[in-house]
Order: sequence, then C-alpha cells, then structure tokens
Amino acid sequence: MTSILTPVLTDNWGDERAWTLASYEARGGYDALKKALTMAPDDIISAVKDSGLRGRGGAGFPTGMKWSFIPQDNPKPKYLVVNADESEPGTCKDIPLMMASPHTLVEGVIISSFAIRGNKAFIYIRGEVLHVIRRVQAAVAEAYAAGHLGTNIHGSGYDLDIVVHAGAGAYICGEETALLEGLEGRRGQPRLRPPFPAVAGLYASPTVINNVESIASVPSIVGNGAEWFASMGTEKSKGFGIFSLSGHVNRPGQYEAPLGITLRELVDLAGGIRAGHQLKFWTPGGSSTPLLTAEHLDLPLDFEGMAGAGTMLGTRALQLFDETVCVVRAVLRWTEFYKHESCGKCTPCREGTWWLVQTLAALEKGQGSESDLDLLLDQCDNILGRSFCALGDGATSPITSSIKHFRDEYLAHLTHGGCPFDASRSTAWAGLEAMA
Amino acid sequence: MTVSTGSTNGVERTDLVSVTIDGVQVSVPKDTLVIRAAEQAGVQIPRFCDHPLLAPVGACRQCLVDIPDAGNGRGFPKPQASCTLPVAEGMVVNTQATSPAADKAQQGIMEFLLVNHPLDCPVCDKGGECPLQNQAMSNGRGESRFEGVKRTYPKPINISAQVLLDRERCVLCARCTRFSEQIAGDPFIALVERGALQQVGIYEKEPLQSYFSGNTIQICPVGALTSAEYRFRSRPFDLVSTPSVAEHDACGSAIRVDHRRGKVMRRLAGNDPEVNEEWITDKDRFAFTYAQQPDRLTYPQVRGEDGELRPASWPEAFAVAARGLQAAGATGVLTGGRVTAEDAFAYSTFARVALGTNDVDFRARPLSSEEAEFLAAEVALTHPDTGSPTYADLESAATVVLLGLEPEDEAGAIFLRLRKAHQQHGTRVLAVAPYRSRGLRKMGGQAIIAAPGAEAAVIESLLEQAEYGVDSTAVILVGERLATSPGALSAAAALARKTGAKLAWVPRRAGDRGAVEAGCLPTLLPGGRPVSDPAARVDAAASWGVDTLPDAPGRDADAIVAALVDGQLGGLVIGGVDPDDTSNPAATRAAVEAASFVVALELRETDVTRAADVVFPVAPVSDKAGTFITWEGRPRPFEAVFSNPASLPDLRILAGIAEELGHPLGFRTVADVRARMAEMGPWDGQRPATPSYSSGGGAAGAMGGVRIASWKQMVDLGTMQDGDEHLRATARMPVVRVPAAIFEQHGQLVTLTGDRGSVTLPAVINKELPDDVVWVPANSVGRGVLADLASPGSTVTVKGAGA
Repeated sequence: MTSILTPVLTDNWGDERAWTLASYEARGGYDALKKALTMAPDDIISAVKDSGLRGRGGAGFPTGMKWSFIPQDNPKPKYLVVNADESEPGTCKDIPLMMASPHTLVEGVIISSFAIRGNKAFIYIRGEVLHVIRRVQAAVAEAYAAGHLGTNIHGSGYDLDIVVHAGAGAYICGEETALLEGLEGRRGQPRLRPPFPAVAGLYASPTVINNVESIASVPSIVGNGAEWFASMGTEKSKGFGIFSLSGHVNRPGQYEAPLGITLRELVDLAGGIRAGHQLKFWTPGGSSTPLLTAEHLDLPLDFEGMAGAGTMLGTRALQLFDETVCVVRAVLRWTEFYKHESCGKCTPCREGTWWLVQTLAALEKGQGSESDLDLLLDQCDNILGRSFCALGDGATSPITSSIKHFRDEYLAHLTHGGCPFDASRSTAWAGLEAMA
Repeated sequence: MTVSTGSTNGVERTDLVSVTIDGVQVSVPKDTLVIRAAEQAGVQIPRFCDHPLLAPVGACRQCLVDIPDAGNGRGFPKPQASCTLPVAEGMVVNTQATSPAADKAQQGIMEFLLVNHPLDCPVCDKGGECPLQNQAMSNGRGESRFEGVKRTYPKPINISAQVLLDRERCVLCARCTRFSEQIAGDPFIALVERGALQQVGIYEKEPLQSYFSGNTIQICPVGALTSAEYRFRSRPFDLVSTPSVAEHDACGSAIRVDHRRGKVMRRLAGNDPEVNEEWITDKDRFAFTYAQQPDRLTYPQVRGEDGELRPASWPEAFAVAARGLQAAGATGVLTGGRVTAEDAFAYSTFARVALGTNDVDFRARPLSSEEAEFLAAEVALTHPDTGSPTYADLESAATVVLLGLEPEDEAGAIFLRLRKAHQQHGTRVLAVAPYRSRGLRKMGGQAIIAAPGAEAAVIESLLEQAEYGVDSTAVILVGERLATSPGALSAAAALARKTGAKLAWVPRRAGDRGAVEAGCLPTLLPGGRPVSDPAARVDAAASWGVDTLPDAPGRDADAIVAALVDGQLGGLVIGGVDPDDTSNPAATRAAVEAASFVVALELRETDVTRAADVVFPVAPVSDKAGTFITWEGRPRPFEAVFSNPASLPDLRILAGIAEELGHPLGFRTVADVRARMAEMGPWDGQRPATPSYSSGGGAAGAMGGVRIASWKQMVDLGTMQDGDEHLRATARMPVVRVPAAIFEQHGQLVTLTGDRGSVTLPAVINKELPDDVVWVPANSVGRGVLADLASPGSTVTVKGAGA
C-alpha cells in the first residue's frame, strides 16, 4: 500500500539527526549542487521548466517560467526570496520540512539562485516557529563552513549569501508583496502590482519568490533529471508533493505522493477516519480553498481536478472533519481568523471580514433568519474579486462553499435556536471522559 | 497673466490614447489613469484614497469599474480599481453609469465602508461637504443591512496640537499619511495596527512636527481629521467662500476664505497648479485670527491737547495728520512689508507727490545699500515673461541654488515644490547655509557651509566648482537675509550673469516684492525707474501730474531712523512696522519718540500707535482688494472678502491726507490705483547697474566672539500669528544650535550674551556649523534676536547656564 507514496523530500526525515549536514550528505546531499555548478544557468531554468514543477505555495504557477521572467539585462542585483511564512490554516508541510531536513531547502536555494544569477537569497520564516528558524540558521552556517555558501562556491566563481529572516507573525506576509514589504522593514501590507516582483521586487530589484517546497524540489530535479520528475503526477500537474492530513484521521501527518492521488487513497494510508465516524467535509488546501464533502473522495488531487470541483489544490492541507463537527462553527472559526489577519489596507477585506464574523456568530447562536444566508452570500460576492489581494478572496471560500453544501445545517441552527451539535463530540478525547 | 507652464503640449499630442468610457470615446495622454480619463468623458467615479497629487494606492476599492476590453481584445474577469489602472489604446471601460456589475461592486464597497463609520453626520464638521456622505448618497444604498456592533474609539486624539483625529470616522484611505510621506516629508504619522482596528497613529515620543499638517485635514475624505481651531465652529452650508491669496509669505498661494456673518471661520488651500498646487502652509491656513483680536483698531484717533489719544472722525484725522506733517517739515515714510502692491504704490506716490521726498523704504528689517542697488538692478521689473524663474522652473531645473534662504521656514510653497522636484525629477538642491537644515534634508539637498557674513566668498567659489552644476539650466534663489552679508548679493548677481542661471529674490513678506515694483525704496520710483535718472523722474512726474520730483536719492529705513533721532527729519508716516523687526529696535522706538509728528497706519494697537500723533486703522487683507506680487514677479490679485465701509485700505487714507495737504494723489480706490499703475507702466529706459560690492573679507572672529546665524521659523511669535494658540503650539521648540566644541564646553543649556542683551536656551549639537557660529531662531523667544540679543553682524559670547 505504501507503494503509492513517492518519498523524495520526506525520504530522509526518519534518519538519525537528519537535519545535520553529515546526515544529509551521507545520502548524496549537495551532489545536485555540484552538478548544477557545472551547468549553464539557463539550462537549469530549462530543466525546471521541462520538469513541469508548479509552485507548491498554492497558486501553482510554473516555477521555471517564473524564473525566466527575471530580466537578465537589468543591472540591478537579482534576489531569490523563499516564502517560508507558512500560515494557511491546516498547512503543515514547509515547517516540518525545514525542521527535519533544512539542507534540502538550502541546497535548493543555492541551485535556484545560481540559475537566476542572484548573489543574495532570503529565507523569510514565520516568526512563531523559532525552533525552525534556529534549525535553518544552523544549516546555513553549516553550509557556509562546508563551502556550499559564500564566495567562489566550490571553485565555480559563483558567490551566494543567504539571509534567514524571521517574520513577525502575520498571515498577510505569506502574500508575496507583503512579504517583501516586511523583509524591507515595513508594515506587512501587499504592494500595488505592476510592477511585478520579477521586475521590481525586493529593494526595487528583480526578485523571484518561491515556496519552500518548490525550492526544495529543485535539487531532485537537477539530480535526477526533468524527465524523472515529470514521470510522476498527472499531465498538467507533474511531480510529487507533500499532502498534510489533519483532523479526524487515525494517523495524521505528511504523506508525500504524486499529484493526482485521491483523498480516498490518502485516508487509507492514514489509517482511515477515526473509528465509528464518517468523513463529513474537508479542505483540499487550507481554509482558503472551498471545502468539499465525502462525494469528492475520488477526485484527483491535482490543480485541474480541484479546479474542476470548484475549489483549488492550494497547499494540500487536507483538513478532515467527521460528522460530529458543526460546519457553521468551523466556518465561523476560520472567518474569525481572517478578520484577525486582515491587514486593513483595503475596504472589502477589512470591513467585510468584520461584518461576516458578526453575521455568522449570530447564525451560530440561532439568531437571524434564512435571508441572512443570502446576505452572507452577497457580502462574499462583494468581497470576492474586489479586494486588494487574495486574502479577501480566501475569506469567502469557506462561507460560500459551506452554504453550497450544507445550507440545511445553517437552517437547522435557526430552527434549533442554536447549534444542534455537541461540540465535545468532535474533540480528540470524545468518548474517553469516563476513563479519565 | 499667462505664464509658461513648462508643460509640453507637443509631446502630449503625439502620445494620445483612445479609450471608450461608457460608450464615449475620449483621447487622453498616455499613462492617464482610468479614473481621470473618465472625468474627461464626464463620468465621476466615486473614490476616497485617490488624490491626483498623491501616488496611486488602490486601497479603498471604491472606484471599481468593469473593463470588458483591456485594449488587447480581452477583458478583466473582475472589476478593476480605476485609480491604479492606466489607459491602453482601445480599452473599453464601463463605469457604474453603464455597467450593473461596476455599480454593484461600488455599492458593495460603500456598504462596507459604512459598516464601521458612525452615523454622526449631524455633529460632524465634514457633514455637508463630505465625500463619504455625498458618495454614499450617489453610489450607495439608502438603508444599511449591517445590524452589528461598530468599532469605537475614545475620541478624539491629538495628532498634533492643531490636528485632531476621530478614529472611528476614519475610512483608512491613507491620504493623510501619504501626504506626510510623499509631499511634506514629515515622519511620525502612519497607519498602525491591522484589520478593522487599523488606525492612523503617531509616535508618542516624537510628535508629528509639520508646517503642512493642515493639508491632511483638507484632503481627509471624511471628518476624521479636524483642526482644533475650526472643530465644532461652523457648518459648511452656513459658510460663504471667497477665493483669495495668502498674505504670510511671498509665495502667493491661492487660498479659499470661508466666512460667516462678517467673520472668517477658516481658510483652505486653493487649487493653483502654477503656484501652490493644492497645498498651503499651516500659517497660511490657520493664521487669520490676528485680524479678530480685541486690540484691533476700528476708528481713527488723534492726540488731544491733554496728550492722550482720542477718537476722531475720518475728516478730522485727515486734517490733523496733514497739518501735523506740514508743521513737522521733512518727513520719512516707512511702509512695512505687508502692503499690497496698490498700497505700496500709494505710499510711494504719497512720499514723492505729497511729501516731496525720496525718504521711503519698505524694508522693516536689516538692510543694506547694496541690497537697494541689487533690487533696482536685478529684481525690479522681472517677471515670468521676462525670463524670471517660476515654480515650474524649479521643478524642471537640474540644480537649484538657495542663497540665504530656508524655504521650509520662509517660503513654504517653494519648499514643497523643490521637494517634489527632487523626488520626481532628481533636481539637485544646493544651499549656501550655516548647516544642513531639516528642510534641506527633506529636499535631499546639499549644504555648502558658510558662516554668516562669509557667504560672498562661498558664492564666488561656486563658479569655479563645476561639480556643483551651476550652469544656464540652474535657478538661483536669493533670500532677503543676504542683505546683511556684505558682497553676497553682488556675488549672487555675478554668479547668475556668468553662468546664465535664472535668478530670483525671495523675500519673506507678501508685500516686499510689490513694494520694489512700486518704488518704495529711496533710490527707486515705481516701475523700476531710478531716482538718479532725470528721464525716469520726468516720466514718473508726468504720470503723476506733478512738475518735478525730488532728485536726490532718499534715506533708507536705517537712515530715516537715524535722521529722526538726530532731528534731521521731523515727521514720520509709518505703516505696519514692528520696531523689533528692524536692524535696531531701540533706535526705531527712539525715532518714533523723537519725531515731532507721527502718523501711524496700523491694524492693531502697537508701541508705534501708542506713541503716534494720529492713528489710522487700516483694512486687513480680508477687507480690501489688492495684489500680492510673488517672488517670481507674478501678480496675484484678489478681491475683498468683506465689504466693510469703515475699514479703509492704506491707499485711501494716504489719499485723504494728501488731499488735505493740497497734493491730491489722483486716486482714492483700489481700482483707481490699478489704473494709475497701468498708466505709468514699467520703465523702458536704462536700468541701473548691478552692484559689485566686495565681501570685505568678513569679520571672522574679529571681536573674538561667536557669530549668530538666524532666521525666523515659520511658526513663531510674529504678531500675524496671534490669536490661534493651537497653531503657535505647533511651533518648533526654540533651541540654540551649537557646534560640538561649544556643546561639550558649555552643556545643554547656554546663555548667549551680545550687545543688546542675553538669551538662555537649550543647546542642540550641530556638527556642520562652523566652529565660531551658533544658530538661534530670530523671533521665537522674548522680543527676538535683534531686540534682545545682538545687532546684525555682531558677535556674542556663550556661557553654560546649566545647574
């Protein structure tokens, strides 16, 4: 059964002290770097293009194409910025990766920077995960000591410095231009585009911003070839990815598999939904991706499959909820998150999330009327596509999708005069109280 | 007057882009934003964050429109913010007028904006002139669907002593913060916090210090920002608005005066792209209450036999003044620098025609004969049509040289334009100054350090140093302070002549430039006619309808004072002169005392009016029509705000006295004077030669003391800022700037002692100041530097005054 899995990034996670340089190199780590340094930078970009690697941060933009947008005739320095501000609710792939095998990322950063001809790279890590920041810092220090970083790397004449930057804990800083603002020392709020970061990004210089997992995939593509990578996955969503299962499954965790795997297969790998319960709804890629139900268990988890179901692959943060969970309650919690994390720059997101929370909170308490569902949908319609960045769009996803699939459950709150669910039944310790 | 704007119509015409907005095809210049292209098609798209003079931000999302074709045959799937989207050839835009999708998007945003906006329009100062209120009516729904809890804050909080913020009203458009960052360059007002709790905040340890903060109130699209001066004073719909021109500096900024029942309630910036764009200084905005003070003179007074001033009728006062002046014999005329061009012409005419003297001077400040020659040769008769520099030239010049001029304090509109020039066009600003001031830093300027009195040599050295880039594309601005630096004005004129750079003189006061044109100088008749030129005198005499004019050059203000003290002059006609502004305040007071007969024309009771024999109340600028000439030489005429028959302009009073003297001036009204000025016209004969004074080597440390560098800060103790304590509270704290060695020797509190007294102030280190120079604000403590500390050009001693 485990043959479905394709452990590449996660392959060494179980090794003794996997995060050390010695452990990483014992498995052939940094061999891809040595190979890359003998290649022409444009050939690396071509290889990444040919591999079909698409951005693993959620949007799925082809990575090689992004790199090719960097104007090489621009006299300004070129920068690589790694977006390690993993904050999407449910998402837990980059942080374990950096914790378990930071050198995979560091090697990817070096190869990617070499490809875009940048001499400075930044890893912007979410500020709350101090242990991960320290681990990446230690890995960077080890890489310097081993000559993988610094000047004239392995005699190639190529120089690179990596700066590990700690964010200050704002969801919005996962938005790439807000991240750049934060990196420059300003308040994290998204920037007006154009100019796009490829033309004028960090310090108004050409900048590539990639997700941790995208960059960490690069060494394997360079080492094994584009064809190897492209042989996995589906026609338009090639390669492998880390699927993070959380919620009501027996063995939550990270499952690395080719894109296009189905949730049914993943749930089987994770030991099934917790005993005695059935899957009720799930998010394919974090709370900003419209949620799905048990009907969608056999859809391929790739960019096209999810788009076909009216949702998005996102960060493959598969949060699974069984029938004990009140969808209204879950959606309210998510909406509170968006209200808390709205940066305040644009009106629809700032004011819309403030209002959505109040409308939802009333509904959860059984107050209001059926027309409030239409009001909610209209509020979402006035936010979606109107806000400055995608945060506002994301805030509407759980609401519109939950009303689409569970309208009756909303109405039950009104007829029941409050939430008809026993919240304690959804907890991990439900049914264990007698033993305590 | 038409003025070259520096705009390049030819280029624009070839760069036109055709777009279709609501079915109407319009051609607009390339890179025009859709929101402004729509205005040309007659469609007003609602907006809050958008401001034509600020960089686009796209924050409020109110201006969403539908773009079915972006010019490439494909449309945008979602509504687009028209304030950030440039037009493209063939673009099709459907606004709320024709697109239900755009209309719904706008209504949705408006509803969101009102979610957290209080419904306090009935008590809000903005109610009635509020973009949010207006656009909520035009582009919003009548009833809100929001029934929840609104965000609230304690109200209001002070952004500065003058600017107050009611946070719950704020729609977070960031106009105020962007203005401070992009236009004024003053930090410490920024958006803080996030989400719906995002708010405009200040840094508590460093208050917002800005001379331009009032503009944030004016551009606030809601009632979130108010001024302490105007808050709760009036309703917009009760106000009458009259356009006018600011009287506080030589910039000629357009303003709008809002008044109610004969009282000015507030002033706003007018919109003049050629001059001040849409910005004015806080002084231009808030300093108008000086005319509403209880000591305002409202009726003529004459000194009775008991030695006391008593009220008199106008005819009696005219007669008494005329009799007194006749008896007093030789009389001098000091006009002050606050006169309109018409009043200046009247003083000039009165001196020559009614008194038969050239003893007339507008300069109520330290002056020199070199300056008078410079004004006659280089300043009189210059204006934009004759190649004198304009605001637009400042913006397009590669290099602007400031000599003895601190624009942030002394000419706010120039400061803003130079900052814009530096930011948008990379203009290099060079200043010959004692140190690199805060204003200069904000303009990205470079200071060429010169001790006071030693400017001439530094200006001469600019010629030899090609790296400064002073060439024919440069603009040189000369401040009035240079008059006190021997040879500096000569050197500035020489620099302009040798490099071909444009040269302009920037006085501090609104009336100074017009007074030069009107001949309120002992050596100059109106229209730039030199007193020493017989042909010019004949020309002026013919226009005035008199046989002859006095042919000897007159006394300047300092000489008038001296002549009154030693009895060579008996009479004095004195306008808006504050003795403490003059080179020698004690001497000026003594001159007023010593004069056998003094006629004072003043707005408010002063030391001068208390000592005068006849006192005439004069009209403040709000009560009269007039013209201020800007530093560019651009006439800025304005009409009276109020029609107040008891409030007469200086020119009417001078005409009245002259008629009693038997020498009618030929005018009684502003219109008459304008006609006479036009009739006399500019002098087309030979111009006086440019002065060529030598610097005299300076007196560096000759007396072993420390030299004083000084100028007036924009907000200080000037009497025209009286009456608004909030404005005065925004003044910068008076300090002495001292070089490091003096600071280390004397500590944080120092006493300066000069030939006129002592001043004790906190000391602040300034490492750029020459070793023997300290800087003090000219009029921020006591009666000012000239009265309380030292005579111009003298030195002082420094002592520590710490505990």
